[in-house]
Amino acid sequence: MKKTVFVGALAVAGLSAGIAAADTLADVQARGKLNCGVATGVPGFAYTDANGDWQGFDVAVCRAVAAAVLSDPTAVEFVPTTGKTRFTALASGEIDMLARNTTWTFSRDVDLKFDFIGINYYDGQGFMVSKELGVSSAKELDGATVCIQTGTTTELNLADFFRINNLSYEPVPIETNAEAQQQYLAGACDVYTTDASGLAATRASFEDAANHVILPEIISKEPLGPLVRHGDNEWGDVVRWTLNALIAAEELGVTSANVAELASAAGNNPEINRLLGTEGTLGEMLGLDADWAVKALSVSGNYGEVFEKNIGETTPIGLARGLNAQWTSGGLLYSPPFR
Amino acid sequence: MTSLTDPPKESFRLGMLIYDTRYRSLTIQVVALIGFMIFAAWLINNTLVNLAVQGKSIGFGFLSDPAGYDINQRLLDYNSQSTHWRAAFVGLLNTLLVAFLGCITATVIGVLVGILRLSNNWLVARLMTIYVEMFRNVPVLLWIVFTMAILIETLPAPRAFRGENPEASMVLFDSVAFTNRGVYLPEALFSRGLGDMPIFPDRDSPACQPTEDGSVEDGCGVFQISLDLILILAVFGAGLYGSSVIRKRADRIQNQTGDRPTTWYLRLGVVSIPTLIVLAALGFHLGYPALKGFNFQGGTYLRNSLIALWLALSLYTAAFIAEIVRAGILAISKGQTEAASALGLRSNRIMSLVILPQALRVIIPPLISNYLNLTKNSSLAIAVGYMDITGTLGGITMNQTGRELECVLLLMLVYLAISLTISAVMNWYNESVKLVER
Ligand SMILES: N[C@@H](CCC(=O)N[C@@H](CS)C(=O)NCC(=O)O)C(=O)O
Repeated sequence: MKKTVFVGALAVAGLSAGIAAADTLADVQARGKLNCGVATGVPGFAYTDANGDWQGFDVAVCRAVAAAVLSDPTAVEFVPTTGKTRFTALASGEIDMLARNTTWTFSRDVDLKFDFIGINYYDGQGFMVSKELGVSSAKELDGATVCIQTGTTTELNLADFFRINNLSYEPVPIETNAEAQQQYLAGACDVYTTDASGLAATRASFEDAANHVILPEIISKEPLGPLVRHGDNEWGDVVRWTLNALIAAEELGVTSANVAELASAAGNNPEINRLLGTEGTLGEMLGLDADWAVKALSVSGNYGEVFEKNIGETTPIGLARGLNAQWTSGGLLYSPPFR
Repeated sequence: MTSLTDPPKESFRLGMLIYDTRYRSLTIQVVALIGFMIFAAWLINNTLVNLAVQGKSIGFGFLSDPAGYDINQRLLDYNSQSTHWRAAFVGLLNTLLVAFLGCITATVIGVLVGILRLSNNWLVARLMTIYVEMFRNVPVLLWIVFTMAILIETLPAPRAFRGENPEASMVLFDSVAFTNRGVYLPEALFSRGLGDMPIFPDRDSPACQPTEDGSVEDGCGVFQISLDLILILAVFGAGLYGSSVIRKRADRIQNQTGDRPTTWYLRLGVVSIPTLIVLAALGFHLGYPALKGFNFQGGTYLRNSLIALWLALSLYTAAFIAEIVRAGILAISKGQTEAASALGLRSNRIMSLVILPQALRVIIPPLISNYLNLTKNSSLAIAVGYMDITGTLGGITMNQTGRELECVLLLMLVYLAISLTISAVMNWYNESVKLVER
């Protein structure tokens, strides 16, 4: 009898620890804050501005989710994570979602038990070298010293690329983008390799950006996207459809400038109406307010606006839309319909 | 009715477990033990339940999969196709290397500083105090990062050595290059070397098929041992043994006759001549590093990360060892010094013959904990990208496979094993220097 009570108490203690993490949406709403994992600092993607506020392309996803769920884009606790700490932080429940240039791969999805809820940047791994070295192709990098962030896909791609091409190299493992930048600029490594977008962003912060080139070879596919834990599908849906709302809004022509007006009354485009909650009950299905998408879009506009503001061609980072254009303009962005 | 009554039979009552001093401490211990076991069971259960909720299971099979990543400093043959086991082992060797180097330099510096801190020279003593306080009072991680930053920012990049009028040049007759990637030293080469011996080779594997010169590839066997090195070490060791025989004979003669025969040239010859002959027979020569492509090629390459970690750990630990040495010396009563000088010994001989041997008894136990600290502190290696076992098994392997629990358990076991081994060796040494009481 005593024994069963004891075992039962253990089971309850164990279960309650497990279950507590399973309803993230309710947790976030009860807490009044979204814990969002971001990079420690990559210009354009996730960085703190002069006022100490987080800004950037990945940060915008966190803010949009916070606006949709909590009606407040500033109700976000940003948790800087390195390539190594990000997955532990997510799996342990320290963060509710991760938006940190993270590549969607089979093993992360299946083995590490995460759900990638979409792709917000189609990328590939590139190499950056100083122009002084006179290198024009990655195939000429035999014997080079390469700075590489540990715990990333790029570390594995790098090993494969050099092995397959029968080239030798000296890896210098590094934890954060800032350290990599320091070592690279001091010439402690010849090459810095990571996602091409990250390279462009890093280069943009150099004083002598023009003296560095990104080599033409892109050696991998790096679809970057936000992710959540496996097994909490309601929360996964919230994050997935918030990202889809940003993408669909661009396709439908909803911008930060006209979203308030479009949302004030139902118009004659039914999909816009459903997206903005003037028709149908999509918000309710997600467990959110009817105007959840309006709030998400009011933060900094649709996907295209976020892109242009943070990393687009008018910014120092100067990334072209390329693969990240809407499918209607030859890119890969394609949100499933809001219906 | 008898008038004699037996003394009341003492019966056991439950209350006695608490009120009877004979049982009380036992009761408390049993309760504490049960409490601890419940807590441990709760922790384990909680872990298992949470793992099950996340859909993960515990297993070590992943360690046999290819690691997929490269390691720059490898004392064993390793490539990205090797297993996670091997990556862990390469990391372990790197941990042991830096711990070994660190313990030696920390001891040398620590003993020197400890003695100098007691010096009668005001300036020297004060400088040593500054050193000790500076290193003891700043976290070792900062020292590691700081040392690395200095190496990276002050030394020239390899490309500065290039061109007609290079900004930087090699030192010591063009044999050593200090760069911000590390130091390149000449290496020992053997033109008539014996090659390497593969250990546990798999004769059928392609790597083990002999090439034209009869040698096999790096991948053959679990690891390979340099036969040249073994031969040289064996001959050198034999020389040292010969030298100690000569010394013992000299001791004997001195004890019998009072005169000590001059033996230094004999001892020097016994150690050096056979070794030199073997070196010449193997065709010993130095290979010099030379700038080729992006980096220096050839020579021995001491990476920045190793140097920074080694230096910072040694300097930091040496500050503690210095204090231990000072305390040990101060623990020997002043009468010993005075007695020794009354015998006419000079002060450095007093130190080495009278004081230090006695102080060692006080010094060694805390010295052990400092060796252990240094070894465990070496797990900060990742801060400078040194691939120790925390960087391989506890870093990249853990991260790429998501097996936190397994990797951390293994890591803890490894550090435990290393620490226990160091303790055992040092305790054994402590026994041997202990004062033999009559
Ligand atoms: N996409 C790769 C690499 C991601 C990565 O680590 N990118 C770097 C460079 S863009 C980064 O975000 N660093 C952020 C930081 O240092 O905090 C992955 O998911 O493994």
